[in-house]
Amino acid sequence: MADVLEVIGIEKKYPGVIANRNVSLHVAEGSIHSIIGENGAGKSTLMKILYGLVRPDAGHIKAFGKEVNLKSPQDAIQLGIGMVHQHFKLADNATVLENVILGSEPTRFGFVVKYDEARKKLQEIADNYGLDIDPDESLANLGVGERQRVEIAKVLFRGAKILILDEPTAVLVPQEVEELFANLRELVKKGLTVLFISHKLDEVLSIADDITIMRQGTTVASRKPKDTNKKELAELMVGGELPKPRAGALKVSEEKVLSFQGASYIRDDGRQILNDVNLDIHGGEILGLAGVEGNGQSELIELIMGLLKPSTGRVEVLGLDAATTLTKDIRNSGVAYIPQDRQRDGLLMTAPLWENRVLGHQFAEPLAKNIWVNKGAAVEDSKRVVEEFDVRTPGVNVLASALSGGNQQKFIVGRELSGDPKLIVAAQPTRGVDVGAQAIIWDHLMKARSAGAGVLLVSADLDELFSLSDRIAVIYNGSIVSVLNPSKTTPDALGLAMTGAKSA
Amino acid sequence: MTRSRLFWGTIAPLAAILNSLLLVYLILKFRGVDPIEMFKLMASYGFDPRNLVSELNQTVAYYMAGVAAAIGFKMLLFNIGIDGQYRMGAFFGGVVGAAVNLPPILHVVVIIITAMLAGGLWAAIAGYLKVKRGVNEVISNIMLNFIAAAIIAFLLSPSLLGILPEGSQTLQTREIPASGRMPTIKAFEGEIYTFFFIALVVGVAYWVMLNKTVFGFNLRATGLSFRAARASGVNAPRMIFITTVLSGAIAGLVGIGTLLSDTHSYSMAFPAGYAFTGLSLALLGRNHPIGIFFAAFLWSFLERSAPVLEFEGVPPEIVIVMQGTIVLSIVVAYEVVARINLRQQQRAVGSVNVESPVAKEAN
Repeated sequence: MADVLEVIGIEKKYPGVIANRNVSLHVAEGSIHSIIGENGAGKSTLMKILYGLVRPDAGHIKAFGKEVNLKSPQDAIQLGIGMVHQHFKLADNATVLENVILGSEPTRFGFVVKYDEARKKLQEIADNYGLDIDPDESLANLGVGERQRVEIAKVLFRGAKILILDEPTAVLVPQEVEELFANLRELVKKGLTVLFISHKLDEVLSIADDITIMRQGTTVASRKPKDTNKKELAELMVGGELPKPRAGALKVSEEKVLSFQGASYIRDDGRQILNDVNLDIHGGEILGLAGVEGNGQSELIELIMGLLKPSTGRVEVLGLDAATTLTKDIRNSGVAYIPQDRQRDGLLMTAPLWENRVLGHQFAEPLAKNIWVNKGAAVEDSKRVVEEFDVRTPGVNVLASALSGGNQQKFIVGRELSGDPKLIVAAQPTRGVDVGAQAIIWDHLMKARSAGAGVLLVSADLDELFSLSDRIAVIYNGSIVSVLNPSKTTPDALGLAMTGAKSA
Repeated sequence: MTRSRLFWGTIAPLAAILNSLLLVYLILKFRGVDPIEMFKLMASYGFDPRNLVSELNQTVAYYMAGVAAAIGFKMLLFNIGIDGQYRMGAFFGGVVGAAVNLPPILHVVVIIITAMLAGGLWAAIAGYLKVKRGVNEVISNIMLNFIAAAIIAFLLSPSLLGILPEGSQTLQTREIPASGRMPTIKAFEGEIYTFFFIALVVGVAYWVMLNKTVFGFNLRATGLSFRAARASGVNAPRMIFITTVLSGAIAGLVGIGTLLSDTHSYSMAFPAGYAFTGLSLALLGRNHPIGIFFAAFLWSFLERSAPVLEFEGVPPEIVIVMQGTIVLSIVVAYEVVARINLRQQQRAVGSVNVESPVAKEAN
């Protein structure tokens, strides 16, 4: 099939940095083409260039057989190139239809919006491409997956023939990913072309027709899914072999580092969030807590950290009653906390890295000395974290917000694993980070386990749960519905348990 | 790194002041007076040694208001209640100072502590309402300003705590005896309040507390991200309350220089409007004790030298235009600087991510 989009020798320099160099890409019409690469490999810059947000310094772009010069997103849309952003740009208080037509309303006399015509067109698009959306539904009632469909409809409404999807699955749960993939297959069947940016290798292998790998600003290889495998793709992305988590023998200690004893939590509005949770973690083991997001995991973690109090029952952290112990004392007793929402709960975004190293460790030596913050120690130890966890930063005076998400996460994990914690609460520790960072984080969690720490690994990533956990507890609707042995269960069975189906 | 921060930290206020001068230049030009002449006139009047002394004394009051506002800003609190807190501080400082009889230095210390307590406790009401009841501190503080003024007016009636000196129209508290007064330094036919030095100490203490101590770290962390601070083990609501009280305690010192070195009693003639000034100065001085000092001096200088314009037929309110445009410009300028800084840092981070030959050369 002919190339609908051709990129030859694209180069983009920022002062002191080459974001893209010698980037070449051939996208066949009617295909799903995946672009993969680590955070900071230049994927986003390339996409911005293709969408007209950034102009390249050199190189050519050919779309639909013609050389094009994209000056703005309007140019790109006119040509038939549309972008579905990772973070949705939708208005909550408007309907689906209003959101779709916003900015490109069909009008009579230039100011009367022709809603009927627009509704008809949107309905046609929805039917034609199998997008399940209701034009008159209010956006506020829609879930994440449905919102994404609205974003896709928005792009199609503007006549796009090439769709760029920037990490579309990052925000979706497994079932929604399947729906999205079904939608994408439908689109290419109808002759559209999809550019799919991701760093989740399983997904790429299952959906893409072609895969282009980027590393350090350039395209390093292309593969067909049938001719490659995860290991090869990962190594192409990282440019070398990945460190593997070494399981090591299980040496579970007698000491319970965490114990839920019939703990329940009822929210102020009367909703039961957690229901009679019983769970023990001993030193030296990793307990995976599997579950679709929003089944009580956040509250369970907050109970451990002393940020919430159980309505009934008891939570013991390293022998302390979490309900009556201050968060700072829980932390000081040897609890590390890797929060799920790293930017809101784990970092001071506008503070330098060394101050972020102090965060959570400001109540004890070595980072505090009596009433003083020990800046020297904080700077020194931040450098150690940067070194050991491969945080890509020019120094420790850089603001946390200047780092990419994956590097922020590596820094948080490095900080939390400092000082030999006895209990590690890790919530989605590798969400949104690339395979290289994931390998580093996994490796360190395994090391901490070997050193005798108990780990609560809260994750929705089956791969992660199976790779690390010694036991997997499944939480559904606030209850622990089963505890599985990962070597005696399958991903399918676990996935099923996460959705609440009675089995195993 | 630090040098570039100093550079950008200085360039922004200078740009704001220049911008405001330019605007005033155009206004004056439009009115048909020679702007340069006017500026010269203001400068020669404002830098006259006699005027410098009174500017310095006014600077001290503004400085305290600025530091009080800055502490609040660090917690994302908008302490518009400085007015009420300052009144409470000066009033109760005056009342207690006149009522007790103590040895010289101790007497002054007691007055200062009383003022801080009064300001702090008054602010505590807003702090309590915010933390426990979720009341926005701006609303409660504006109310509290009115209530403070009303309570003091009530207490100043001659049947209660006030007196009306013969030949005066203004109610005031009883005079503080000599042991409770602070000396002044005679200079250029004027007298500099020695409270000046206490203000400097407060400024340094504020900076050390904020930047060097765990308490200050917790305060800033809570201001930067309530949730992250809480997750790190800080009792964030308590931190907000304490910060409010601290801000109020320093606001309680705003009128103390005048009280102890000049009037020796609190009266209805004590000026209003320190809240807005304090907030403006903290903005202009970027919450930094040295920055706030220069800002406070600039404000006093402009206000002191404004009346001279009247002789030339220019309304002295032009100075308020100047102050207003400075504050507006500074907000924009700092935002621009913050963005430039972030972009520079992201670029630096980018050059680490993409290890290309050029990136290495550039380093």
